[in-house]
Amino acid sequence: MLELRNVTWSLPDGEVIIDDLTLSIPEGRLSVVTGPNGGGKTTLAKLIAGLVKPTSGQILLGSRDITELDVTQRARLGISYGFQTPVRFKGLTVQGLLETAAGRALSFEEMCELTGKVGLCTMDYIDRDVDASLSGGEIKRVEIASVLARGTQVSIFDEPEAGIDLWSFNGLVDVFSALKQRGMTMVIISHQQRLLDIADEIIVISSGQLRVQGARDRVMPGLLAGEIAGHCPADRKVGA
Amino acid sequence: MNPVPLNPISEKLLRTVAGYTGQFKGAYNIRQDSGCAGRRSTDAVRIVPLPQGKPGIEIHVAPGARDETVYIPATVTRGDVHDLTYNDFYIGEGARVAIVAGCGVHTDDAGEARHNGVHRFFVGRGAQVRYEEKHIGQGAGRGKRRIDPVSEIYLEEDAHMTMDTVQLSGVDATDRVTTATLRSRAVLVVRERLMTTADQVARTRFDVVLEGADAGCDLVSRSVARGRSRQEFYSRIVGRERCHGHSACDAIIADEAVVTAAPHLDALSPEAALIHEAAIGKIAGEQILKLRTLGLTEEEAEAKIVEGFLK
Repeated sequence: MLELRNVTWSLPDGEVIIDDLTLSIPEGRLSVVTGPNGGGKTTLAKLIAGLVKPTSGQILLGSRDITELDVTQRARLGISYGFQTPVRFKGLTVQGLLETAAGRALSFEEMCELTGKVGLCTMDYIDRDVDASLSGGEIKRVEIASVLARGTQVSIFDEPEAGIDLWSFNGLVDVFSALKQRGMTMVIISHQQRLLDIADEIIVISSGQLRVQGARDRVMPGLLAGEIAGHCPADRKVGA
Repeated sequence: MNPVPLNPISEKLLRTVAGYTGQFKGAYNIRQDSGCAGRRSTDAVRIVPLPQGKPGIEIHVAPGARDETVYIPATVTRGDVHDLTYNDFYIGEGARVAIVAGCGVHTDDAGEARHNGVHRFFVGRGAQVRYEEKHIGQGAGRGKRRIDPVSEIYLEEDAHMTMDTVQLSGVDATDRVTTATLRSRAVLVVRERLMTTADQVARTRFDVVLEGADAGCDLVSRSVARGRSRQEFYSRIVGRERCHGHSACDAIIADEAVVTAAPHLDALSPEAALIHEAAIGKIAGEQILKLRTLGLTEEEAEAKIVEGFLK
């Protein structure tokens, strides 16, 4: 289980982005974090992966306090993070990146399986550089494949749907569903209803605070009702 | 010709820069400390000394030769040697040939070890040349290790030449000059990779004239400058006719290094399409961060990025 205890994160100018957040992310389940833009969702993902350190509070993985561990240490403990805006590299090929992620050489068949999951044909991409020659959608798929290649216990995806066409997105939803069956702990930042539909747990974050958390069946009706009524359930407080 | 025996330092250098395995397959000329340590011609490739005692060789590749490989590596294995050599390549029409021209300089004393190779390539119509050049400096001495290659390239109609050059370590100073003149539909592709550290100095100059219609060139230099090293990149492409020319200088800079890039394009026809790209900067923090999320340390991530960049 991933746990945040009274975590606060502020910008250098003092603006509070994550505000005394306490949250438990259940093990082996798919949790989708949603909420209005600018509400702190990406910061939450970065706090878990160690890209930013809390101003105060604690982060625990299982019984271990990982608050002071850096990005590398957390990655080695089994936390993976898929960037919202993927990073480009001159000279690093798709195969090179995925092998770095896997920590070993990958056979052609393994490459096919990995890239196939994100809707890319290995033959076309295996030797391509992960650079500006890839379109936004292509590099996003490579980014997601790099997280899948690690096969870690905890995977965080920040808006995996961004930049991906509908056809590929359908395949991606299937990938997340399959990972869910394998008992992986996944945290997906998303606004996409298709992803909310396969969530075990939905977490609504707004203004850096937890607004709603619970099983999909319990939270979804409120989200949909809020959408129809034109207001966000994020306006509600926890337990309201 | 009485070849000098190959010494162990040379042998080691040759294995690194020219893929030597105890022998070369095909035609070769091994130059060691300004002497000849071995030469062989084949039916399709004839290697002869330059006339009038001028240091160097002529390499004649027969027209229509197919998939020949010629090795012309040079080594300097001690200080106080300034090796100057002239190699003239005559590539027959329609020939297809690979030229491997590695160079290693080694000094264990205070004397300078320097190799200065002047290559001229006369590439016949429709011929295809792949030229590979790897440079390295070694040895524990305080003496400087210098390699200053000069390449003069003449591509006849429909000729195609690819130059793949690498210098990754140990060379204290290099001044690389490449000039080329291309006739109609000829193509020149250059891939240069360079790394400098400590107080090393590297200068690269390209001067390419696209003389014939539909000639093209693509010059790409990637470099990493560390320590207090200095790099200079100058490129000039002249387009006289309808043609396409592209040059790109991409440098990663770290520590107290200094990098200069100065592109120069001369379009002498409205049909000349010439492009230059230059980018100098440190390794992007987000690249390191991404690789760290895959479990690499910061140092491992940097090494991975540089390795890929200079691949």
